[in-house]
Amino acid sequence: MRLTLHIWRQKGPKEPGRMVHYEARNANPDMSFLEMLDVLNEELTLKGEDPVAFDSDCREGICGMCGFMINGVAHGPRRGTTVCQLHMRKFKDGDVLYIEPWRARAFPVIKDLAVNRTAFDRIIAAGGYISVPAGSAPDGNTILIPKPVAEQAMDAAACIGCGACVAACPNASAALFTGAKIAHLGLLPQGQPERDQRVLKMVAHSTLEQFGSCTNIGECEAVCPKEIKLEVIARMNRDFIKAS
Amino acid sequence: MSMDLSSRVPSGAIERLWDKARFEMKLVNPANKRKYNILVVGSGLAGGSAAASLAELGYNVKCFCFQDSARRAHSIAAQGGINAAKNYQNDGDSIYRLFYDTVKGGDFRSREANVYRLAQISVNIIDQCVAQGVPFAREYGGTLANRSFGGAQVSRTFYARGQTGQQLLLGAYQALERQVDAGRVKMFPRTEMLGLVVIDGKARGIVTRDLVNGKIESHAADAVVLGTGGYGNVYYLSTNARGSNCTAIWRAYKHGAAFANPCFTQIHPTCIPVSGDYQSKLTLMSESLRNDGRIWVPLKPGDQRPPNEIPEPERDYFLERRYPSFGNLVPRDVASRNCKAVCDEGLGVGNNGLGVYLDFADAIKRLGVAVIRERYGNLFDMYERITGEDPYKVPMRIYPAIHYTMGGLWVDYSLMSTVPGLFVIGEANFSDHGANRLGASALMQGLADGYFILPYTIGEYLARTKLDKVQTDYAEFKREESEVETITKRLLSIRGERTVTSFHRELGKVLWDYCGMSRNAVGLKLALGKIRELREGYWHNVDVLGGPEDFNQALEHAGRVADFFELAELMCIDALDRNESCGAHFREEYQTPDNEALRDDQRYCYVAAWVFKGANQPPELHAEPLKFEYVRPTQRSYK
Ligand SMILES: Cc1cc2nc3c(=O)[nH]c(=O)nc-3n(C[C@H](O)[C@H](O)[C@H](O)COP(=O)(O)OP(=O)(O)OC[C@H]3O[C@@H](n4cnc5c(N)ncnc54)[C@H](O)[C@@H]3O)c2cc1C
Ligand code: FES
Repeated sequence: MRLTLHIWRQKGPKEPGRMVHYEARNANPDMSFLEMLDVLNEELTLKGEDPVAFDSDCREGICGMCGFMINGVAHGPRRGTTVCQLHMRKFKDGDVLYIEPWRARAFPVIKDLAVNRTAFDRIIAAGGYISVPAGSAPDGNTILIPKPVAEQAMDAAACIGCGACVAACPNASAALFTGAKIAHLGLLPQGQPERDQRVLKMVAHSTLEQFGSCTNIGECEAVCPKEIKLEVIARMNRDFIKAS
Repeated sequence: MSMDLSSRVPSGAIERLWDKARFEMKLVNPANKRKYNILVVGSGLAGGSAAASLAELGYNVKCFCFQDSARRAHSIAAQGGINAAKNYQNDGDSIYRLFYDTVKGGDFRSREANVYRLAQISVNIIDQCVAQGVPFAREYGGTLANRSFGGAQVSRTFYARGQTGQQLLLGAYQALERQVDAGRVKMFPRTEMLGLVVIDGKARGIVTRDLVNGKIESHAADAVVLGTGGYGNVYYLSTNARGSNCTAIWRAYKHGAAFANPCFTQIHPTCIPVSGDYQSKLTLMSESLRNDGRIWVPLKPGDQRPPNEIPEPERDYFLERRYPSFGNLVPRDVASRNCKAVCDEGLGVGNNGLGVYLDFADAIKRLGVAVIRERYGNLFDMYERITGEDPYKVPMRIYPAIHYTMGGLWVDYSLMSTVPGLFVIGEANFSDHGANRLGASALMQGLADGYFILPYTIGEYLARTKLDKVQTDYAEFKREESEVETITKRLLSIRGERTVTSFHRELGKVLWDYCGMSRNAVGLKLALGKIRELREGYWHNVDVLGGPEDFNQALEHAGRVADFFELAELMCIDALDRNESCGAHFREEYQTPDNEALRDDQRYCYVAAWVFKGANQPPELHAEPLKFEYVRPTQRSYK
């Protein structure tokens, strides 16, 4: 198949960027989207042109390293799927695609489609953990957790920290990301001692990092490759009110 | 250089060794811990848990990873689970049984004392992870759930859906971030270690490149820890993440750290087959699928009919036929070799003939679609996403792929390499899995090393070693920096006609063909010639664009491939030297009449530790003899 691509090219964080037009002539329905870009990059390199920078690592939809906008949608058109797991059979011969990096003040562009997401790490560092030094844990089965609770915690814990939620949100809010961690730990008995502190510190930090506030639009849920539910935001808000 | 390969295992009964070792250790005064600087390279299960635990103890830690966040280390991709000898299922498991299974599974090429310690610590790991909030699967009563995995006869595997590695890593990552917040760990993401600095015979620092702006920087310390993962990507295609590489351990090897059993690589039988030459990685389909799926190929070579139209009598369920008692659940190495063998006979399926069917039709008939969906829904969806085929309706196609490397830097019982002060943990060391790793044991080992072993042994090293203060303006640092810069400059100046990827792919193919699932002396010698020729070509004809100060992904890849070439050579040398078959190392010349691996315990019951002797010099082999005092070496049989 043949595709027309318009890709955001930006040399560095302080340089201006622009859309550049490319023809992908050798795409094939069995390729992943990133493999299509790999092939383009091989062609560019052989022509002596700078290949397109984009992040990826596991290419299995779990590490959260990949991610960009395809025609304005974070991770592209397939629901519950990261770009590394998106395959070209989802597109038609002749399609025109606009590919852009995540856009948010808290995620500055490094180069082309690669952005800096370390703000997420700092939100976790602010309180997204249970304080339990190695060696201090009781036997695993002394903490009983009903199966439905464990499942619900797991649903929230499935977040891969890719940043699609922020990119999709008109306010560039990190509420889904932050809420997912607060819900995961707050649902579990182990997470109770630090529950109030956790929500206060994480929410405060998220504002500090220049993420916007949540106005319940729901774009984040729609693009989340792990299908994290808006409910985690409600849970975060309840915890926040209770704690403050 | 003389080589001390003493494993430093204390003497005594195996159950007491770790206790004894801990008791005999000199301790660092708590008030002094913050005066020690430790560098941890890697933030996976091994590096992440080590960095967090060392900081909790009060050491000053710097931690490095090449991804943009510590949370993205390749450990995140582990699906199946983690073993622990908890015996929660009351089905006869014990520390001794896990120890026994691991030594036997490794085909008697691991160190008994290490494996025993691993089995002992396994129980603490689960406790630690539960306390951190890892949402392990639960029974209705609220207790932890287990499953049996990889043909084990007891249920000792703990899991969090199909995302066990992710959840364990997030636990370690969160513990790490807590220490970052406390100011005891400084994290360096998008930073790659490219050089090791050895001063007065001790590891005293590293040289890194900032992957965003290309800055080369030195870091001085009292000890260096490498938790940099496996080198399966030397084959180009593997189940590893794209960035996984050997650079850190390879550069350490060139500074005197012995490399053990480089040829021991594990091939996983159930991966999605290659679909074209643009393929960038292979995706693992969890081993658990073999609990219900049946593996077969058509009886007639070149049978073009769709699988559902091939009647029962014209199918060969070759694993069930050859191994009536284990059937589809034979260990990974045995399953992989048999799949390859039928494809080599021309019976393979799919457009390139490199695949076998993994069929769920019988299981669906027996259990219903709902049960199958509950058990494997995630995996079936992933398969559908990648191949566009619906495994509820047509059999999956699978083929073996490189998955794990048992080889790595040699370490003693303290996890210290042959360079004093250089510790190696997780998949990066040669570790506890011998010639073949059992499923769900890598996560266990990484966390045992990081949470519970290294924090003690590194303290002991620091307490008993006199360490003069060193600074990054010392000549040794400057020399290493200029070495690193030279490699970068050289790669950028070639401006040849081929891309890095094209060389990497070709190297991978040579290695897969001659040093992959089965090997022979003729092929290995041929491969050595081809690799040298290709490497020569690389340094004359590779094209890496951009500059040294850019965010330059081609340059990152180019440096890693340069090291892969050298490692590939060492792997073939090691495979050639080991004139026996054991575990995943299958030398065609050494097999039983029914094609099983034939060990030679008289001559090869050792760890092969290779020592670098200079560029273009043959490496030197040092052997650490292995003694089996508890588990008597037998021929593995799965008939
Ligand atoms: C698809 C898949 C599924 C698996 N499933 C299971 C399973 O179910 N159960 C099981 O027990 N095992 C499983 N394994 C194996 C297991 O996941 C790995 O062996 C284990 O996670 C390795 O952990 P590690 O900490 O040693 O290395 P990794 O997690 O690979 O971490 C390496 C770290 O080192 C860093 N690094 C590397 N080189 C450098 C450098 N030069 N400079 C700076 N940083 C560097 C990386 O950034 C990363 O942070 C699986 C493996 C794969 C590929
Ligand atoms: S590359 Fe890991 S999620 Fe896409």
